[in-house]
Amino acid sequence: MLAFLVQRISQAVLVMFVISVIAFAIQDGLGDPLQQMVGMSVSQDEREAIREEMGLNDPLVVQYVRFAGNALQGDLGISYFYGKPTMDVILEHLPATLELVIGASLIIVIFSVPIGVFAAIRPQAWLSKFFMGVSTVGISIPVFLTAIVLIQIFSIGVTVDWFPQDAGWGQWLNAALSTEGGLPSYGRGDDLTPLFGTWESGFFSQGGILHLILPSVSLASIMLPLFIRLIRAEMMEVLQSDYIRYARAKGLSSSRVYFLHALKNTMLPVITVGGVQIGIMVAYTILTETVFQWPGVGLMFLEAITRSDIPLIVAYLMVVGLIFVITNTVVDLIYGLVNPTVKLTGKKA
Amino acid sequence: MKTLLTAFVGSMALATAPMAMSAEANKELKMAYDADPVSLDIHEQLSGGMLQLSHMTFDPLIRWTKDLGFEPRLAKSWERIDENTMRFELREGVNFHSGNELTAKDVKFTFDRLKQSQDYKAIFKPFSELKVIDDYTFELVTTEPYPLLLNTATYIFPLDSEFYTGKTESGKDKSAITKHGNSFASENLSGTGPYVITGRQQGVRVEFERFDDYWDTESPGNVGKIVLTPIKENNTRVSALLSGGVDFIAPVPPTDLERIRRDKNSDLVTMSGTRIILFHMNQDRVEAFKNPKVREAIAYAINQEGIAAKIMKGFATPAAQMSPDGYQGHNDSLAPRFDVEKAQQLMKEAGYEDGFTISMMAPNNRYVNDDKIAQAVAAMLARINIKVDLKTLPKAQYWPEYDARAADMMMIGWHADTEDSANFFEFLTFCPDAESGDGQYNAGNYCNPDIDELVNKANVETDLDKRTAMLKEVEQRLYDDAAFVPLHWQDLAWASKKNVKIEPILNVMNFPYLGDLVVE
Repeated sequence: MLAFLVQRISQAVLVMFVISVIAFAIQDGLGDPLQQMVGMSVSQDEREAIREEMGLNDPLVVQYVRFAGNALQGDLGISYFYGKPTMDVILEHLPATLELVIGASLIIVIFSVPIGVFAAIRPQAWLSKFFMGVSTVGISIPVFLTAIVLIQIFSIGVTVDWFPQDAGWGQWLNAALSTEGGLPSYGRGDDLTPLFGTWESGFFSQGGILHLILPSVSLASIMLPLFIRLIRAEMMEVLQSDYIRYARAKGLSSSRVYFLHALKNTMLPVITVGGVQIGIMVAYTILTETVFQWPGVGLMFLEAITRSDIPLIVAYLMVVGLIFVITNTVVDLIYGLVNPTVKLTGKKA
Repeated sequence: MKTLLTAFVGSMALATAPMAMSAEANKELKMAYDADPVSLDIHEQLSGGMLQLSHMTFDPLIRWTKDLGFEPRLAKSWERIDENTMRFELREGVNFHSGNELTAKDVKFTFDRLKQSQDYKAIFKPFSELKVIDDYTFELVTTEPYPLLLNTATYIFPLDSEFYTGKTESGKDKSAITKHGNSFASENLSGTGPYVITGRQQGVRVEFERFDDYWDTESPGNVGKIVLTPIKENNTRVSALLSGGVDFIAPVPPTDLERIRRDKNSDLVTMSGTRIILFHMNQDRVEAFKNPKVREAIAYAINQEGIAAKIMKGFATPAAQMSPDGYQGHNDSLAPRFDVEKAQQLMKEAGYEDGFTISMMAPNNRYVNDDKIAQAVAAMLARINIKVDLKTLPKAQYWPEYDARAADMMMIGWHADTEDSANFFEFLTFCPDAESGDGQYNAGNYCNPDIDELVNKANVETDLDKRTAMLKEVEQRLYDDAAFVPLHWQDLAWASKKNVKIEPILNVMNFPYLGDLVVE
């Protein structure tokens, strides 16, 4: 266990080192940070003076060594735009992103398990086929399109007048297909509950939860179909195995067979995939947050790129790298708990 | 967010709490711009966003009216003393948010600070000093006669000198202007303006409350509280308005104009803007561009009207010069000269019938439809056998390329900070000179010293009619010379809910006078 953790920590250090080197190497391609800081009519001399003051004229290697030296002392630089230490900026934005990921994960867990299990147990039922069909569509629609459609339907509202208004059935259909809208379409709202540090939570107020709905659903929309299909496929395979047949023959109730014996083994690959996907979800938040003006790290990162805020870009990439390493480590630990035959250090048992 | 409230704001709230809120200013306005102010220090950056903030929290000495005239604000009157001196009378009894009273020494402090500001010092270069006569009288002195004195005075938003003087707890100078890293002024603000900042979380929201002690009691404005949310994504900003999440948005993307016009709960206001979009033809890189006939051929090959109608969907005014209508140099007789046959003819005369190949660069996220416009121009040039190798880049990458003059034709949009024609010429067509900074953005390397001379003469001509004639002549000569390829002035658009009466407070400079906003 200890050896495993040490190995993972050294991996994390390596990953972050590589990311920082790459981020530094490409910074010339990210544009000129000064362009965002001064007006158009500022003269070249003035620009040169500011550049010199900021140390942007030093060779890349010198800049990197300076950065790495500070980084080893926990200082990841100061954001050009925010004028604050990059870690403070990231920590300010991180809670919003984490809440979005938690919201989406909740939706995924709540819906994927029952639907996946149902579709595996009753593959022929029309409801299963319906879910499978919808999930195929869901997996192939890009997240920003989902988001825009959701906003149109649930925030702005749609008025349908395809059917004759004078006929009773037409009126009914029109009314049934029209929506009122009204759900918040941007941001996190006003009533956030301070938890600790920079964490202000939207989970404890009605307004906060309403603001979470559309972004979480959009973010979940990519992963949900994937998980439904994964659980269904795994479950169907497990249901074919000998021990399930034995359990049935033994006369165990079918709910016990399905949800205790079968589901537990189904979840093994799901946890693996899930862990990796949570990392990917953090990446997908960039799109979702942009569409919903969600003040999280994804939006912050995208804006940092347009502003060539290089210290913030580097720090964000390193933090995301760290998140990936941590989630993978946690997944491996959980995996070991669920399936004790797995050895953590990776040696063959 | 509460943690971000500065100590100052906290004490402000206490100080103003006992005073009765003026009875009528009780409406709340939620608005969304595409960005929030980068700092609270209005001298840190000269940009549209910062000027919008300035007009909300400060007042200028004088300000532009809708028809590009001047109206008195903190200066109640002004008169010319001699060729180089203008005397201003300050309004009396004006208080800053901190409670200090505005006097001429605050104006002096502000003027001196502007001269230090990297972004403003160029604009204030013609001024030698600000002379304080008494508490409510001061004189602006220029080194030589300067016709744009009043234009520049619109940039003087007096700061609270007492508030911005001294040292912070950490020993930093409170008046320092810092481009990177935090200064006192970038987080604290005390102006005379209609709104006080009560909360700010950068990139997320800014909260304003009406200043109880605001001097302009004549103002019809009845908004007591403003929440500004930056929404960068066009679609999201429009959705926020249509779904009722916000009351006022700007800018409105051209693709959504129809949608808002159709919406029965929203109002749309559009205006022809002052930002010219143009292409430079680099004569240092392409020999053929030195030939006026070739430049003229290109001018004839480009269909400005077509671009404005098809690509901009009518959201632009086709241009044949740089000065928009209302500017002194605007020359009514100049019109787009689209004629492909004539263009081909000119190419033939110049000896380039078979054409040549050039490179072109344009940004793809800076101006409205910039990349599509560049593609259209490239296609139009193909008709006179000029093959274009087009590259479009995000703005962050584009400007370094622009500074390096990395392509034969490059796009730029320009808004004159002085709201005056001469500014266009100084930056875009003057003979490039690194020493003086002339022609800093002249990526065509077009150089005609006679024209530069004429502009310089106009810059010291205080007789308005004479000056107007000179600037018009400059536009005419640049047109005849086909010095650059003008495309259009980008239109401006704002939208609001029906009960928010934005029309009277909007202007072509795009700084809404929100202090005067009426919400029904």
